[in-house]
Amino acid sequence: MPENEYEYISDEMLAAVGKEGSPTTFEVDKTMIRMFARAVGYTDPVYYDEKAAQAAGYRSLPCPPGYLGTPVFNPKRESSGPGPMSFGPAPKKPLTRLLNGGTQLEFFGDICAGDVLTSTGHLAEIAETKGSLGTMVVMTNKSVYKNQDGEVVAISTGTVLRY
Amino acid sequence: MALKVGDTNEMVVIENVSRTHIVKYAGASGDFNPLHHDDPVAQNMAGYPSVFAHGMLSMGLTGRMLTDWLGPDGLKSFGVRFTKQVWPGDTLTARGEVTDVKDGVATIKVVTTNQNGDSVVEGEATAKA
Repeated sequence: MPENEYEYISDEMLAAVGKEGSPTTFEVDKTMIRMFARAVGYTDPVYYDEKAAQAAGYRSLPCPPGYLGTPVFNPKRESSGPGPMSFGPAPKKPLTRLLNGGTQLEFFGDICAGDVLTSTGHLAEIAETKGSLGTMVVMTNKSVYKNQDGEVVAISTGTVLRY
Repeated sequence: MALKVGDTNEMVVIENVSRTHIVKYAGASGDFNPLHHDDPVAQNMAGYPSVFAHGMLSMGLTGRMLTDWLGPDGLKSFGVRFTKQVWPGDTLTARGEVTDVKDGVATIKVVTTNQNGDSVVEGEATAKA
């Protein structure tokens, strides 16, 4: 099989497009919501006090939108990058730097402390672009989050630029 | 919540970003990339003037402007691009403006700027109108 014509993207990387990774369990818990809310400056007590959250109509502390971007640490995996995705197969030549190209979150149901989400990620797209920083590999990763009832509650799409 | 085209919300989401702010986010998110907390690494190995904030911290701060306005469960989607790095000492203002309302869904243009007026986050959200 002839080698593809990309500068960096290897056949193994192309073959990884669309393949689902193994699911990651992501518990939404009160302590982590409080830490996240504090880190981004929330002052509304619904993010800290379960009684206040319930008085406002939530089952427990609601999940702030960016909370889903936090990674689940896996000591057996080298990458500690954001999200449950690793970078997958190696490029043809090493890519040492990376930029977060953006994140898109879609919400389909409420997410509160106590929920146990399962996220399954896959590499949705891979491309090469040439710009002022040279050739970049643009990887778009998609993660689907289901709750304990099997409902899809969120989809996150993240773009990583490697160069 | 009866959103209509032209409705806006604007708030200062962080003043005078400190290394403590950045470290709090590192702890909360579990993202311990040293570029965000270790000045010698950021300066000597990567050539940056200092550590800088996580892009996802800017997104989280911008998200607070949206959820304080629309309610914790008001968002249907929220997407951002990071247009500039955020450095210690920066003060960020997040602004949302309803640009369209269709079939009960409001489209909101989102931009967060630093103290020089440069955008650091640009994006779009949708919410129940």
